[in-house]
Amino acid sequence: MPLSTQSQSGNDEYILVASLDNARNLSNILKAISFKDHAIFNVTQNGLKVTIEDSKCLQANAFIQADIFQEFTLKEDVVGFQVNLTVLLDCLTIFGGSTVPGVNTALRMCYNGYGYPLTLFLEEGGVVTVCKINTQEPEELIDFDFCSTNVTNKVILQSDSLKEAFSELDMTSEVLQLTMSPSHPYFRLSTFGNSGNAHYDYPKDSDMMELFQCTKTQTNRYKMSLLKPSTKALALSCKVSVRTDGRGFLSLQYLVRNDDGQICFVEYYCCPDEEVESNE
Amino acid sequence: MKFRAKINDVGCLNHFTRVLNTITKLTKTCVLRLTVDNVYFVLSGKVANGGVSMWCELLQVNFFDEYQLEGVSSEANEICLEVAPENLSRALKTAQNAKSVKIKLTKKHCPCLTLAAELPSLSSIGRIVTHDIPVDIIPRRLWHDFKEPTMPDFDVSIYLPPLKTMKSVVDRMKNLSNYLVVEANLNGEMNLKIETDLVSVTTHFRDLGNPPWGDNAVQSQSRDVETMAHARVDIRKLQQFLMGQQVNPNKSMCNSALYIWICIQEGSYFLLHADIVDKRIIHLILLQEDVSLQYFIPAVA
Repeated sequence: MPLSTQSQSGNDEYILVASLDNARNLSNILKAISFKDHAIFNVTQNGLKVTIEDSKCLQANAFIQADIFQEFTLKEDVVGFQVNLTVLLDCLTIFGGSTVPGVNTALRMCYNGYGYPLTLFLEEGGVVTVCKINTQEPEELIDFDFCSTNVTNKVILQSDSLKEAFSELDMTSEVLQLTMSPSHPYFRLSTFGNSGNAHYDYPKDSDMMELFQCTKTQTNRYKMSLLKPSTKALALSCKVSVRTDGRGFLSLQYLVRNDDGQICFVEYYCCPDEEVESNE
Repeated sequence: MKFRAKINDVGCLNHFTRVLNTITKLTKTCVLRLTVDNVYFVLSGKVANGGVSMWCELLQVNFFDEYQLEGVSSEANEICLEVAPENLSRALKTAQNAKSVKIKLTKKHCPCLTLAAELPSLSSIGRIVTHDIPVDIIPRRLWHDFKEPTMPDFDVSIYLPPLKTMKSVVDRMKNLSNYLVVEANLNGEMNLKIETDLVSVTTHFRDLGNPPWGDNAVQSQSRDVETMAHARVDIRKLQQFLMGQQVNPNKSMCNSALYIWICIQEGSYFLLHADIVDKRIIHLILLQEDVSLQYFIPAVA
């Protein structure tokens, strides 16, 4: 049964219908934030925002704009629901995770509103899979209250430079310390593990540094266990912006290009682990 | 008791080797039953081997150019041996390019199947590699355990879709549920379904084709083509079956055609893997909800 026939008959019932010719344009970016089971979907006319939170200290968001989808119809202003992300990813990749050139899984994602399951129609090579994933009432999201006016320090780096550092991070260190400063060391990542202390310095005039706007020397520590999952988003991205505000809250924003070269964003917000002297 | 046989044809040798390789994957030991017309590899389903049973029947003339058998007695003109198929596989591996392979029942320090492979060589005298494979002779009083099983009835049989797709789907479904429902009808349609508290997933396969059973048909002729017959299976077992299949079914492979189809009897089902054109061996695998994996391999008449 071709997906197009289904949409004609079923479209009137759904409050959300979003279609992709290539389901990987959704599954790949969701994998970048899939470190917990429960994901909260917030759908507006702008597109999809998927959020995962961890222990009230970390929040990851994936944004997939409406124009990424081949079809995006929303009959209400805002639609919100919670689903099990692991289950959703298993469904999105039902025909296998491998990428064979030219062979795509087409996706139609439909939602009927509160109390209804999230329905996925996936098709590859004439075989159709229908998934109905139970939804729950979305949990209240933390508002990190991170706004650009309170940003004290901001850098934009090419992801390649950070990828190396993150892959080498000493995981025996409980924290990742970030120092941002208008003067030396400018941008420094530090770990304090069993084998000793390690520092990764990025000078402000380095090739990898696309933007450097630091107003105040700040050193903050973040729990390694909270930031480690962000490595997935980093791996997918080509650029990353690192910002801290007056409270030491961290915002990481990743620019991700999908299979078709379109841009999506993933962002991580993290609370600092403890107060640190700013000129340590 | 006497047994001696010889394979001269490299195609027959390869085929015999492939059969043994398959059996080696299924079980560590089995019964080799030799009769005047057939060679059987049998495993009777017992709790000790996890309820697995297997019946593989080879028409002797299709493999051996020479075949001589003198059984236990004239009324019981058969020989039953317990053997580890891996030993046979290993021996056959060294005989891959042999000009001929002789198999003989011998007595060394214990009863053995002696395999002698004549390997090609540049000189006029070929090299001969000999393997002595220890076997246990099975006394006649135990032969009733190794009788030919009967083919179960079924409601619907249908060819399986390309295994790659089916494997991917079953792999993902295994993450979501322990059990899967297979349903199929006589219209070439098959669905795989799982349902749990969290999610329900149904994959629809179309245009698969149903095997024509002809005179052997045991399914009801008056069955409505659209009606689905369904059976529930432990996903891991289905996955095990799929992992064991090396090639794409329903495609020609050299001289033999390879088919895989599934027969469903409401409530239970079995999967048939058939290599049927030249050598007439059918591998049939029976999977049921409450019984651990059973391999059931009868031949087609």
